Amino acid sequence: MKHSAQNLSQLKVGQQAIIDSFTDPVMSLKLLEMGCTPGEMVELIKIAPMGDPIAISVSGYLLSLRKAEASTVLIHLLAR
Amino acid sequence: MKIALVGNPNSGKSTLFNSLTGLNQRTGNFPGVTVDKKTGIVRIPQPGKKNGWEFEFVDLPGTYSLYPKSLDEVVSYQVLCDPSNEDYPDVTVVVADASNIKRNLFLVTQLIELRRPVLLVLNMADVMRSQGTIINREKLCDRLGIPVIYSNARKKEGLEEIKNQLKNGVEASAKTFFNQLPAADLFDSLRKIVPVGAPYAAWQVLSNYSQLSSISEAQKIEIHKLGITYGFDATAFQAKESVERFTTIGNIVDECVEHIPIDKQKQTKKIDRVLTHPVWGYVIFLLVLFGIFQSIFFLAQFPMKWIEGLFVKVSQWSAYHLPPGELTSLFVNGVLAGLSGVVVFIPQIALLFAFIAILEDTGYMARVSFLMDKMMRKFGLNGKSVIPLISGIACAVPAIMSSRTISNWKERMITILVTPLMSCSARLPVYTLLISLVIPSDKKIFFFSMQGVILMGMYLIGFLAAIFSALVLRFILKAREKSYFIMELPIYRMPKWSSVFYTIFDKVKVFLLDAGKVILAISVILWVLSNHGPSGSFARIDKKYEEMAAPVAGDASEREMKKASEKLEASYAGILGKVLEPAIRPLGYDWKIGIALVTSFAAREVFVGTMATIYSVGDKENTKSIREKMIEEKDPVTGAHVYTVAVGFSLMIFYAFAMQCMSTLAVVYRETKNWKWPLVQFFYMGILAYVSSFVVYQLLK
Repeated sequence: MKHSAQNLSQLKVGQQAIIDSFTDPVMSLKLLEMGCTPGEMVELIKIAPMGDPIAISVSGYLLSLRKAEASTVLIHLLAR
Repeated sequence: MKIALVGNPNSGKSTLFNSLTGLNQRTGNFPGVTVDKKTGIVRIPQPGKKNGWEFEFVDLPGTYSLYPKSLDEVVSYQVLCDPSNEDYPDVTVVVADASNIKRNLFLVTQLIELRRPVLLVLNMADVMRSQGTIINREKLCDRLGIPVIYSNARKKEGLEEIKNQLKNGVEASAKTFFNQLPAADLFDSLRKIVPVGAPYAAWQVLSNYSQLSSISEAQKIEIHKLGITYGFDATAFQAKESVERFTTIGNIVDECVEHIPIDKQKQTKKIDRVLTHPVWGYVIFLLVLFGIFQSIFFLAQFPMKWIEGLFVKVSQWSAYHLPPGELTSLFVNGVLAGLSGVVVFIPQIALLFAFIAILEDTGYMARVSFLMDKMMRKFGLNGKSVIPLISGIACAVPAIMSSRTISNWKERMITILVTPLMSCSARLPVYTLLISLVIPSDKKIFFFSMQGVILMGMYLIGFLAAIFSALVLRFILKAREKSYFIMELPIYRMPKWSSVFYTIFDKVKVFLLDAGKVILAISVILWVLSNHGPSGSFARIDKKYEEMAAPVAGDASEREMKKASEKLEASYAGILGKVLEPAIRPLGYDWKIGIALVTSFAAREVFVGTMATIYSVGDKENTKSIREKMIEEKDPVTGAHVYTVAVGFSLMIFYAFAMQCMSTLAVVYRETKNWKWPLVQFFYMGILAYVSSFVVYQLLK
């Protein structure tokens, strides 16, 4: 399994990853309650036409968030 | 019995609320916040039970967790966790989206651990089944310790079961979902300071005590000290709890939920490929905006004219049948006219909210935010601000009401404060009259009529002023809560028409009762000002006209108009105009314009009617004769024409920027529940108007 200290905002469309941890404790609370827990799988579905925000698939539904918010989520890519 | 209705956003909670309570709903206030409180009563007769059953439902703002992250969520938190809160429920009904069960269970399990009666409603059961998911209801009941009921709120399925369960009684569950309980003595120490029920409730208090208004300052200090003694870190604790909770939920879901993996969002993803496409997404959005705009601007005209006609008929009937005199005049010309001015807004409000309800219900509204967020953020606005701004070109009243869809306080405030700068349809008659006055109709710029270009220019100026003011306000206003964009993109659904109907009904009712009172009061005051003068003045004018020789045939109506003009000049409004004159001279205005500025406060288009009266033109629709009279008008001192290009533009700019609409102020008051904001708006726009008109006049004269 590839291991790199990437964050969620760096994912490309269609890539899947596992959530590792969070860099912003306060932001993490909001993300956690929305189902973005460590060990959960996410997939980048779409980037908005102007480049921001992004839409990811997580915990069985579609979640949209700004790149700034996504950058606080540390992930590792899932090799296909 | 008091019942709190809670659940995630997009779980169909409000649809359930509407299906249960129908028209027995009321919109009220939560103290201290601008979030509306929706309550509704369900009465079930029961033979042998006096008065049957009465359930009072309170529809709380949607939330993902008990820990409040926004002002809206603080409301839910206070109702559910503070026993002294007036809406503290006997039973909590949680509405969950059955097709999204994992995330929804977060709130459910938190509520269960408060050790109060909870009932779980698995809504959107139809969506769940179509995705191939099967939930073992008995197992879930068992693991959670609470009753679980399937429902499809749109088809009104499951409602009877819910009512029956409530009648049979709901008990609190003893299940726990995470094990990070505080040391026993911490819990006991806390209980000495404030009454706390369950251990989890104690955790909530420890984490969020600053948000509980029922706790005194002294108690808050005590709790804070207690936290320090035990090394309590609220953020770290909440993070640990969330992770553990989801682990337990993961286990529950694995046990109770079985589903065949079908791509749940296939249809939604397909639709999104078009609706959030870099080109088509925006094209379709523009079409939607255009549709909204056209209906408020154009379609609404038909019912509006009908309403106006109706009021005219009632006025005429009243004037005919009621005894002549002051009181009748007050009723017919003051009160009835004022009421007409309130009721006439209903078609526009109804149409705009019908659109918005459909956009929200189908799930498209979230995509609007998704598409527009980056652009709007720069101005301190939200993606959803586009709708009020565009609607404001038709009319600011429904536009400002629609800003309610924006949950962040600062973004909503900025939207409300700048929307009136978008040139609304009431300014159009003013622009048209003044442009035709000072710009010859045959003048062209390239191939376009100069008049048309100037008109477009006025709209552009309004737009630029709005954007620029938003930028300024972004730095002046302080945010009251952290601004998150993090938002679910729900799957697309057909709109539920009865929901749309209830929304319209609710919004119109709220407008009539809250804003309507203010508008009516101000219009009666304005009527009094323009139709009464200091003692004797009106009587003197009447006498003067009586003593004149009988008019030549054909001159009678002209004499009546002259009389009306003199009366207006002698009225309080006229006096106000003369008092204002020195202040508005630097802008190029005389006292006659001053009167119009005062009366325009009722509605900007009243400017034209007032000009008609001042210049003794009987037919207010006859702008040609108004214009002819105005062109003739000469300054009594200098002999120069009053309505020069400079004055024309100065006046247009003034109308573009000044807050001259009492209905808008009334609505801003209603939406912010405070007179501070309408006053702030009045003054900042007034100053903007004054300074801009001054500059324009001085430059052009």
